[in-house]
Formats: sequence, C-alpha cells, structure tokens
Amino acid sequence: MTDIIQKVKNLSIGFRSKKGEEILILKNINTNIKKGETVGIVGESGSGKSTLALAMMGYVKHGLYTIGGECQFNSSNLLKMKSKDLEKIRGRKIAMIPQNAGQALTPNLKIGYQIDEALQLHSDFDEKEREKKISELLNKVRLPSPETIALRYPHELSGGQQQRVAVAMALAGTPDLLLLDEPTTGLDVTTQAHVLELLNFIAKDTGTSMVYVSHDLGAIAQVSDRIIVMYSGEIVLEGPSRDILKSPIHPYTHGLLKSIPKLSLAGLPESMPGSQPQPGTIQSGCSFFDRCNFSDENCKNNSPKLEFLKDLNTSVRCFNYEKLVNASQASQTFNKIKNKSLDKEILNLSEVSISYAKQKLLDQIFNRISDDNPTVKDININIKKGETIALVGESGSGKSTILKSIAGLLRTKDGLIRFDENRNLSSDLKERDPNDLRIIQLIFQNPDESLNPNHTVEEIIAQPLKLYFGLKGEELKKNIIDLLQKVRLGEFYTSRYPRQLSGGEKQRVAVARAFAAKPDIILCDEVTSALDVSVQAAVLNLLQQLKEDFGTTYIFVSHDLAVVRAISDRVAVLYQGRLCEVGPSNDVYKFPSHPYTEVLLGAVLEPDPDIKPKLVAEDIVEERPPEKGCSFQGRCSRILGDICKKEIPPWQLTDSGNAIRCHIPIKELQKEQF
Amino acid sequence: MLFLIIKRILLGFITLFIVSIITFVGTEVLPGDACTTYLERQAFGEQLEACYRRLGLNVPAYERYVSWAFNAIQGDFGYSLSGEMPIKEVLGPRIKNSLVLASAAIFIGIPIALILGIITALWRDKLPDVAISTVTIFAMTIPEFISATLLILIIAIWLEWLPGIVIVPTDVSFLELLPNIILPVVAIAMIMTAHMARMVRSSVIQVMASEYVQMAILKGVPYWKMVFKHVLPNALLPAINVVALTIAWLLGGVVVTEVVFNYPGLGRLVIESISNRDLPTVQALAIILASIYVSINLLADLLTLMLNPRLKTLQIRK
Repeated sequence: MTDIIQKVKNLSIGFRSKKGEEILILKNINTNIKKGETVGIVGESGSGKSTLALAMMGYVKHGLYTIGGECQFNSSNLLKMKSKDLEKIRGRKIAMIPQNAGQALTPNLKIGYQIDEALQLHSDFDEKEREKKISELLNKVRLPSPETIALRYPHELSGGQQQRVAVAMALAGTPDLLLLDEPTTGLDVTTQAHVLELLNFIAKDTGTSMVYVSHDLGAIAQVSDRIIVMYSGEIVLEGPSRDILKSPIHPYTHGLLKSIPKLSLAGLPESMPGSQPQPGTIQSGCSFFDRCNFSDENCKNNSPKLEFLKDLNTSVRCFNYEKLVNASQASQTFNKIKNKSLDKEILNLSEVSISYAKQKLLDQIFNRISDDNPTVKDININIKKGETIALVGESGSGKSTILKSIAGLLRTKDGLIRFDENRNLSSDLKERDPNDLRIIQLIFQNPDESLNPNHTVEEIIAQPLKLYFGLKGEELKKNIIDLLQKVRLGEFYTSRYPRQLSGGEKQRVAVARAFAAKPDIILCDEVTSALDVSVQAAVLNLLQQLKEDFGTTYIFVSHDLAVVRAISDRVAVLYQGRLCEVGPSNDVYKFPSHPYTEVLLGAVLEPDPDIKPKLVAEDIVEERPPEKGCSFQGRCSRILGDICKKEIPPWQLTDSGNAIRCHIPIKELQKEQF
Repeated sequence: MLFLIIKRILLGFITLFIVSIITFVGTEVLPGDACTTYLERQAFGEQLEACYRRLGLNVPAYERYVSWAFNAIQGDFGYSLSGEMPIKEVLGPRIKNSLVLASAAIFIGIPIALILGIITALWRDKLPDVAISTVTIFAMTIPEFISATLLILIIAIWLEWLPGIVIVPTDVSFLELLPNIILPVVAIAMIMTAHMARMVRSSVIQVMASEYVQMAILKGVPYWKMVFKHVLPNALLPAINVVALTIAWLLGGVVVTEVVFNYPGLGRLVIESISNRDLPTVQALAIILASIYVSINLLADLLTLMLNPRLKTLQIRK
C-alpha cells in the first residue's frame, strides 16, 4: 500500500450552532489518494468539497473544528500536527492552487517575491539559482516574458495570468500532491480551457497527484482519473471517471448530469426538483431523499452506507443503485423549446455605440460624449416580439454594457434604441416615463446583491405592483401570491427575508419581481451563473415556462455557450464591443462560423471525457478594441493580412440567414479548421 | 504621479484660499469690529476714526483682504489687539508649545497603539485581546477632562510625583519642562491610543481573514513571517489616514487638556482670542490650523499612494 499518498479516515468536521448543537459539514469521509492520479471532487456549493480539500492540508477554517477522524500523509495525521511541522509539509509536500488567484496573491508583494518566498522555504537554492528557477517556473506555466512578470504586482496581471502565477507558486516546492480548489471558476471559457490544458500537462510531466475540486463536471471530466461526488457532506459516489460520467449509478449524479445543458443538443435539460439541504437539517434517512426519483420508504428512514461494488470498481451510497446500473444515459432528450416569435419588431438597436472613456471638462459641461474608439460600437440588432436573443462573449465583450444601455442605466454615445417600431427610448433613465421603465425589466446575475436584505419577499414583489399599477390591500396581496405561485414558490414565502432563502429561491423571487411589472422585454444578465447546476436547469425551465405564458421577449446575456444554446432562438456573438456574428442559434453553433465563435465553441468543456476542448487562439486579454479594422484581428488564427488590420470586415450572409462579419469568404469559413 | 502631486498641492491652496475668505467675511459681518471692541465706550467720533486709520480699517474690505492675504503669505499676520504685539510673536511660542505636546503624544501614542492593535488582533478573542480591549474601550469612553482631572488627583495631589499644572515658563530647557508635560501627554495619549488601537485591530483582523493570508499559511510561510510580510503592510495602509487626522487634531491644539493643565498651547490661544474679540489673531489661527490639516492630509494621501502599489499603477494608467 505504499502508493497511497493521502489517506482520509473517518473524517468529520463541523461547527457548533448557537444552540450548542454539533452540526456536521463533513460526515465520516473515507478515501485514499494514490500516487500520480488525479481525483476530481465534485459537488454543489455547501457539499463540503472545499472543506475536505483544505483538511487534506491540515487546515480547518476559523469557526470549524475536527470532530473525528484523520487525514494521513506519510502515516502522520495532519490534523493533529504542530504548526511547525505543518509548515514543512505545506507548500513542499502538499500545495494548494486557490480558487481566486486575484484574491489569493498578496497585493503588496511582487509576483517574483511571492514565488521566491516559496522557493526560500522549500528548497536549498541560493539566490542566483532561485532567480533562474523563478523564470523557469513562470515559463513552465506559459507566461510571456517571465522576467518582467516577476517584477509586477498581482493586480497588474489578468485573471488568467494570476491563475498561472498561482500554479507556478504551487509548483515551486515540487509537491507530491496538488490540491486545486475550483482553479478555473471565474475565468473566461477560453482561458479556462487553456489553464486546464496546462494542468493536465503538468500532471503528466511531473507525475504529481492532484485533487481537483470543482462544481463544474465539464472541467472535472477533462482532468480526472477518478471522481468523488459529494452531497451534503457525504461521499455519495466514487469511481473511475469515465464510468461515473457515462453511466452514473447514484440518482444525484444521474440527475446532475441530465441537468447540464449540452452544446450538441438544443433545448432545455431536465431539472432536478428542490435544492441541497442545509447542514444539520437531515435527521434520518438518505440526505438526497427529497429530490430523488428512485426513492422508497426505506430511504426515508434509513441512511444508506457507502457500498463498494467490486465488479464496477465503484462505491455508491444508495439502496436502489441497481435501478440505475442499466439505465442508459445516452438516450438523453431535451425538451425542445417552442417559441411563437412573431414577425413584429419589439426592440431595435441601430448604430448604437457606448463609451466608458472619461470625458473632457468641456464635453461634460455640454453633456456630450466624445470618443473615437468607444467600448461598444456599431450595434445593429433587431429583436422580434416573443423571441429569446442571447448576447455571448468573454468578459469585456460589451454584452452587459449593451444590456445596461437598453435598461437606461448607461448613456449611449450614438445610435437609437427603438421600442415597438416607433417609440424612441432615451438611454438616459431620467428621461424615460414610467411606462418606458415598466416595459423593460432586468434580472441580475447575483440575487444576493439585487434583493434588498431588509425587505421581505412580499415587500420586494409589492414594489413594482404598487409603483406601476397602484395596487393596494387585498388585490396587492392576491397578485403577490399569484406571482409567487407562477415562480413555484408557496404563499408562506411572503414573510421571509432573502437571507432565509436558498440561491435558487432568491433568483425565483427576482424573476417574480421582474414579471410583476408585466414587462414586454426582460433583460437577463447572467441569471444562472451564480446558481448550482441542478438549480440552474430549474430556473431555465421556469424562465421558458413564464415566457410561453406571457409572451415576453428575453434578451439573455451569458458567457456559458451551452446555457445559451439551451434557451435562445437567436445568438449574437460579441468581441470587444463589436458584433461578430448574429444568427439563429442552430446555425451559429454549426459551421461556417466567425473565427471568434469557433474559438468560443472550441473552448467549451463538456462533461464527457471523450470530447476534448479545441484551443484555437491564445487567451490574450486585450485592453481595448483596435483602432482600425476587424475587432478580432489581435487573436485571430485565420488572419488574412493587411485587410483585416485596416478595413472593417463586411457582413456576409449564409443560406440560413446567419450573418457573419469577416473578410474570409463564407465558403472558406465552411472548412472546419480541426 | 508628479501630475497628481501637483494637482493635490494646488487643490490644497484652493482650500486655504476659501478658508481665508470665509474667515475674513465671517469676521467682517460680525457686529462691531476691532476698534469698537478695543475702545469700548469711547468708540465714537475722533478716537474711532483715529483707530480705524491706525489699524487700516478705513479702506474697503476687499482691499484690506488683499493686503492682509499678501502679508499673510509672507508670514505677517498684522498686530494682535489685546497685547498690541505682532501676531507672529504671539503665535510663535504657542505653536512651539503645541508642537512639543503633540510630538510627545505622537511618539508615545502611535507605537503603543500599533502594538496593542496588532496584539489584540493576532490573539483575537483570547486573553490578551480581552484584557487590552477592555482597557482601550474604557479609555475611549472616558472624556479627557475626567481622565485629566483624575490624573492630577492621583499623581500630583495624592502621590505628589509630578506637578499638577504647568508652572514653569515654556521657554526653559526641555529637561526642565519634561516633568511638567508628562501628565498632559499621558492624558492626550490615552484617548488617542485607544482609538487607534481599535482601528488597527479591526484592520488586521480583516486582513487575517483574507484569502491571501490563508494562501500564505497553506504555502507554509511561518507565522511571524506571514504577519510581517503579508498581513501588516496591507493592514496598516488604511491606518495612515487615521494617524494623519489624529496628528492634525493634536497640532491644532487639544483645548480641554490645555485648559485643565494650564498649558499655553494653540488651543488655549483660540479660546482666548475669541473671547477677547481679537479678530486678527482669530483670522491668523484659522489660516494656520487649516494649513496644518491640509498639509498633513496631503502628506498622508501621498504616503498611501506611494505604499500601495495598486493605487500607484491605477494613477499612472489614468
């Protein structure tokens, strides 16, 4: 058994509630990490996956404590070790790559110093050798010009670069085990794919064992040999990566995989009911009982044990796993969305450009905006009543900026926003009349921030009803309950505060508030990206249902191409505030496509070990759009030459009505690169 | 960066200009003027005219402002009314006295505040924290006139260790002056230290909970190295501005303490000249106090800018 590097034995970690009860975050965890393997730990927020990873370094967060069990590294228990001995293991034997490198790098220390610190602590090199080693490490994580990067401060790097620095820092001590806590969450799709590819390379190159913690099955599928699925502080399924992704035998994993939108399939995925129970609320029975489609009486009263199935080489915590052993995952069908989009135009953006540039004093006085190279430029989109149009692109592509201008939160520099064919909407909120405000509603990304924490659900939903329709008393109450039922929340939610709701419930309240105004258009800004996967599908289904009932038009902003594929009729791809491609989503997701669309599609991670991302372009971050020519010229792998740098590309139409803005002829674009 | 500094200095001058106008106008619109106050019941006819001429009050207000401002820039604030001596000479020793008191309090108070703040944060909720925090909260809540009086009662009257009020002239040598100012310094330092220690504590606690400190721990950085390299530089940045305000407050004169200990500092001069209607001195004091606040805040901002790499690059990029 010498090939086991870390052994977790009967580990339980928890905290004491105000009432003095012991509440478990991790319940009796047993697992082994072998030399050279990559283990993916997957679970939703609150499943205890990060707590487990930190415990593997002997670290328990402030407020939590070890209730029982051990984390053995080289047969000594890290959780009972003195901090002096731990300092010799942390960074040298076991290293951590954090979730958010931007927050995890000390802001006042230069990159070079922070790596040097790890080298000083964990190696015997002298100063000269360390300097060389820093360059080597930065080179290894593929950062351009390591010497200059070493002299920079963390905030001077982009998110992807910061993450690479964190990887370099972790590698400095040549650890035997790398713990990765959501290392690509929060990065752009293309950057994420590049970082994952780098991690895979490092795992092979150095033979380091890795524990990869993530909520994203797509990322887990790309890196892991073995997967541990956690739910509510327990391991519910553990086995070889391929088996778990192709034929999961635990109902939770089964449902989770079904609820992920796929790039190759249009339509909405099936959703799982409910959400993960709060720690300490499950008294008896299986913690997944409430949400399970395969449960029976036995599951309600008895908690299943983690059972090792020898022939499948898999451990599962379920009484009824046999029902799933032969249930095939492949025959997945999505509920195709049916939209009755009319020919009537509801919103038209013409020649819209928006600038963030700081204006000169004279311009400020005359209340005008002057900027030769605005952040968003030349946006022409025609939106029909009842359709769902999605704006996609990486961060900085201007998608949220456009949304803000439609909502009136951000002044446009030029161009017109026209509602219902003849009404011009001012881009200045103050100049819009109440009806203009009512017809367009916004749902924000993060319901924690968009719902007032001091208002009850009733007050939150009452506000638009009072404001736009002047409802009072009984009628108001009736409308609120109606709306709550529409978003599948019961009457008893009225008196609750946002903090008493789960993430999915909060977003439902935000949806109810938007619909309370009976709007014609709803702007959805990354509405599902703060939600867990199983909840995401439910919210998407809800949005679709409401849309069918009310005939609303959605403008949907997302960075997640699979989600966009699931819900939208049409897609507009943006890069650096310029449109690249606009067309029916079926066509945008097929060839021919704009080189940038190709990059985005190639980088999507599917929860399938057989589908590898294609890395077409470098993940450079461009600070501002180029002055002349095509907006994508800086990263395009199919660049033609001077024409792309000097002239703005023309719009080309494909047979199916897909418009692509590129100098390369359609026929050429047809040819798939890889 | 240079552009920014110049901009900030210019803004400082504009602030001072506005303050000077406000004080000038303020003293103009008050009923009565220097001469009526000075002459009291004889303030009429020939005598009043003569007084106006002597003090130059017979010309229009804006002309007087211009000549006053022009002289003030050169350090000449005119004559004080009560003593009939140049304000410069009145102010000189007072500023020196305040400076002595303030710097003594600063040199004792700030290091103690930093140390206490850091200790309470690092041993959060443990015995050192509970003990020190109780004392600092106590010191914060007692008004200074009570703590000062208590100090006099215990140290000067009961124990007879130190003089209770400042009895020597302030131009004696520092060693002779020292026993006289110990009690006022302690009285001021107590309240100031307590405030700052609380501020430093919360700032350090916040940084200790940050992800980069967790990362440093997981990287295997030894505890004290982590504290000095990763925690303190980031935790103490916000303290700079608080320290600056405290220093400005000290230099501007701590009126109550000065009165209790009979110490001739700027604070007492302000009170004296207001009650004597010594308007030229009040004007001069307003300008000087404003300059102290403006320049110390400016220094603090520049220091923060220099020490915080994040702000530095942001400014350059703009």
